Amino acid sequence: MELTVQDLACARGGVPVLEGVGFTLRGGRALLLRGPNGIGKTTLLRTLAGLQPPLAGRISAPPETMAYAAHADGLKATLTVEENLRFWARVFGTRGIDRALDEFALRDLAQRQAQNLSAGQKRRLGLARLLVTGRPIWVLDEPTVSLDTASVALFGQAVARHLRGGGAALIATHIHLGFEAEELDVTPFKAKPRALGHFDEAFA
Amino acid sequence: MIALLSRDLALAIRAGGGFGLGLAFFLIVVVLVPFGVGPESTILSVIAPGILWVGALLACLLSLDRIFALDYEDGSLDLLATAPIPLEGVVAMKAAAHWVTTGLPLTLAAPGLGLLMNLEPAAYGWLVLSLALGTPALSMIGTFGAALTVGLKRGGLLLSLLVLPLYVPTLIFGAETVGRGADGLATTTPVLMLAGITLATLALLPFAAAAAIRINLR
Amino acid sequence: MSLWEYANPQKFMQTSAAVLPLVWGLTVLSLAVGLVWGFFLTPEAVNFGSTVKIIYLHVPSAMMAINAWVMMLVTSLIWLVRRHHVSALAARAAAPVGLTMTLIALVTGAIWGEPMWGTYWAWDPRLTAFLILFLFYLGYIALWEAIENPDAAADLTSVLCIVGSVFALLSRYAVNFWNQGLHQGATLSLDKEENIANVYWLPLLICLAGFVLLFIALVLVRTRTEIRARRIKALVARERMA
Repeated sequence: MELTVQDLACARGGVPVLEGVGFTLRGGRALLLRGPNGIGKTTLLRTLAGLQPPLAGRISAPPETMAYAAHADGLKATLTVEENLRFWARVFGTRGIDRALDEFALRDLAQRQAQNLSAGQKRRLGLARLLVTGRPIWVLDEPTVSLDTASVALFGQAVARHLRGGGAALIATHIHLGFEAEELDVTPFKAKPRALGHFDEAFA
Repeated sequence: MIALLSRDLALAIRAGGGFGLGLAFFLIVVVLVPFGVGPESTILSVIAPGILWVGALLACLLSLDRIFALDYEDGSLDLLATAPIPLEGVVAMKAAAHWVTTGLPLTLAAPGLGLLMNLEPAAYGWLVLSLALGTPALSMIGTFGAALTVGLKRGGLLLSLLVLPLYVPTLIFGAETVGRGADGLATTTPVLMLAGITLATLALLPFAAAAAIRINLR
Repeated sequence: MSLWEYANPQKFMQTSAAVLPLVWGLTVLSLAVGLVWGFFLTPEAVNFGSTVKIIYLHVPSAMMAINAWVMMLVTSLIWLVRRHHVSALAARAAAPVGLTMTLIALVTGAIWGEPMWGTYWAWDPRLTAFLILFLFYLGYIALWEAIENPDAAADLTSVLCIVGSVFALLSRYAVNFWNQGLHQGATLSLDKEENIANVYWLPLLICLAGFVLLFIALVLVRTRTEIRARRIKALVARERMA
């Protein structure tokens, strides 16, 4: 189980933002993506998750191994915490949401509707979804937004446990998560504007 | 995929108005028509098949823009697109949920409204049959339209503009079935055409709609 | 040297710039000859009177209304399969022209219909089919206008064009079934040439050619405009990035 990215270029709204990105992520390892806002971290993660095609380059990973979590948690306000998790478990064909409830301290909230959760609790529920997917490679976009210190620690432990179990994680974040991880600054990969005067630049 | 269908139905029930709204709209449209054309039962019974079908079609249209919009806004659509379910299956289930919440109640309620419109007694069976055969096509075509406009800020009006011309064949054959049934004429051709359109849209449009969603998520 | 070379925007701009004056010249020439000949130099028909002369506008515009959609379908397919931007932009450029042609066909038909059938509008299958085609054009253009990202817009409108084509054909059959109409059968197909007298035939052919040329000229001009608009957009985006 290994995620390899070679010479990847991706675009946002038709404009190239990153190019020449390359790294390897093995099981048991975590890679933190760093870089200023707007550099294209979200675009890169969406490309890796298969939501948009890369402009160039190769992404190789075993099929159906990535679990993607974005800014939005994909929760249904009128469903309870348990129902939300159970739905994703059924979609991903896995069984049991107990571990997810326990690791993210959601047990007491299980019967509460998602609309009655605080922002941080919603976020925890969104992250708990990762566990019910049963997929080894986590692709996470700013997972700690609106989490308090205790919840961040909870999340850090969950990721650490996932890594110990042979999983891998690719995380775009600005803060320290409390486990050992490599870092990749994507700033040097910023796409350079092509030479002026080239007629076809509008039709990349 | 069953999970998706049952979740969408649960959401429709809990959010309230999932089932009722389209039905109430259908009722209002049909009730308004006599105020427009006058109470003569002979006129009403002539236009009844058309009014019932147009009413059902408009009621279907009403809830189309919600098919993907909510899932798009809360990020579920991104997650579903990366889930092991093929997006074509997601689209088909969305259309199915839409049909269960609008097409099915409309079909069941139509005979009651036929009474209000003084529909010929012979036409009731054909009314239910044509709606049962035709409304799945309306839901599927509408889901395709919703897939094209997902992510657009003012998609609602555009959605109607895109979907209504696509509804023309279904409407023609559907209303024709009821009209011919009312006149005691042979209905085989329109019924077969209606069934054919529905089967073809169910078979092919999920692919077009899934392609549209992939493009919109990029 | 393959045909696809013209799908390169740069090559397209060069070639179209060179060809356009010629196309415009031929358009003006053939329309002038065809319309003047048709309107002033043909006899009045025995049973139609002078009203018949509107065919020099009605028939060519109706033909181009359909041909424009077919051209959009072909260019949409080319875009989806081969990703040539010029192809997608040509489809976009053709849509308003096709819409206008449909409108001309409907309006001239109404003007002609009043003296002939005693009504401006009837729910005749062919009229209805054109009205539906008009709606398809509106939807297609509206979708282009609504989407910000040009590539996504090209993809989505192409999908709509393909699905719409199937439904347009289906609607054509459906309205035929729904109402057998007033329109005369085909008067222009080759084997039925005798349906229309020879005096009217030749100027009509010239008018048809004129409308085809007019369509080509307008689409070329509009495609050039679209390409330039894309370039401006790219330059603005570059400014913002720098």
